[in-house]
Amino acid sequence: MNKMKRTLQSKENSISTASLPDVVFMLLFFFMVTAVMRETELKIRVNLPDATEVKKLENKSLVRHIFIGKPHTYKQQGVLPLIQIDDSFLDVEDIPESIENWRSVITESDLPKLTISLKVDKETQMGIITDVKQIMRKTQMLKINYAALQSNR
Amino acid sequence: MIMEFTHQVHLEYECSAHQLNKTWLINLLVMRRSLNTEFSMGSMADIAFLLLIFFLVATTMEVDQGIIRKLPPMLVSDPVTFHERDILEVLINRDNKLMVEGEETDIAELRALAKEFIANPANESHLPEKVSLHIDHFGDVKVTKKHVISLRSDRGTSYDMYIAVQNELVGAYNELREELAQSRWNLPFLSLSEERKAAIAVIYPMKISEAEPNN
Repeated sequence: MNKMKRTLQSKENSISTASLPDVVFMLLFFFMVTAVMRETELKIRVNLPDATEVKKLENKSLVRHIFIGKPHTYKQQGVLPLIQIDDSFLDVEDIPESIENWRSVITESDLPKLTISLKVDKETQMGIITDVKQIMRKTQMLKINYAALQSNR
Repeated sequence: MIMEFTHQVHLEYECSAHQLNKTWLINLLVMRRSLNTEFSMGSMADIAFLLLIFFLVATTMEVDQGIIRKLPPMLVSDPVTFHERDILEVLINRDNKLMVEGEETDIAELRALAKEFIANPANESHLPEKVSLHIDHFGDVKVTKKHVISLRSDRGTSYDMYIAVQNELVGAYNELREELAQSRWNLPFLSLSEERKAAIAVIYPMKISEAEPNN
């Protein structure tokens, strides 16, 4: 009788943790499959504007970003908007070179689908954006997306 | 005979070992039972959690979304001339004030104005000329084929305002297409087949020229 009691006690009434790694691994694989690596670290402030007619960009691998906004370190660098592509600040004149770089790594059949997404801070003035657009037109890079956040007005 | 012999030897050996080293064997057996041959799954969970946290931090979940537009190509040949009635002139000045066809307008009115301009429902003479076209699913339809909305901004216009105006213009087209899809098929535009979408896009072609800067 005493022995039986002991055996019952030794079987502790806790849930087996053996399945815990399985659950966590499932989560892990989900995130690995769905997520895209954060490729750039923003050095400028980008508060996107709101819009009601936004659409999702279909092919994420064929989208390249141009960030425009006031630098975080505006006390040193001034409040004028800067252009950031990948990890560095660029002048407007350097954009065609970046576009060529992007084009060179994409297969020819995907070239017409290449989209440039302008991620611009909403307080920026249009001047620099107009310059970027003119440069894009000169390089025949016509697919453009004005990044905006969905809002329900 | 030989088998029997070896068996005997074996038994003998076991017996002697049992008698000689009785306590040692018992000790071994006890250890065997208490030693768990599986490693703990708890540490596995820790490793998986670490990996999970790494991926959470190193990745972005945000979806790319925005107003998708196409820029007009750089003009190489002579610019195409438009009739005055075919153009809707939208100007935004440096103070973010909106002017449509020479009149100061509030942004809330822009969508209705643009819709009237694009569709020209009453076939008025100051709105774009309508051309008869034969379109699949619809037959002969009168379309304002040559209309264009000319959007111009100043270098000092804020991007926020510019996007708001773009949004209203794109919204005007989207609303017209939606209305047509509802009246023709009783279905939302986005759920139509590609072929039907294309037919509607011929009736209301999106023509927003965001071309040459002012100064």
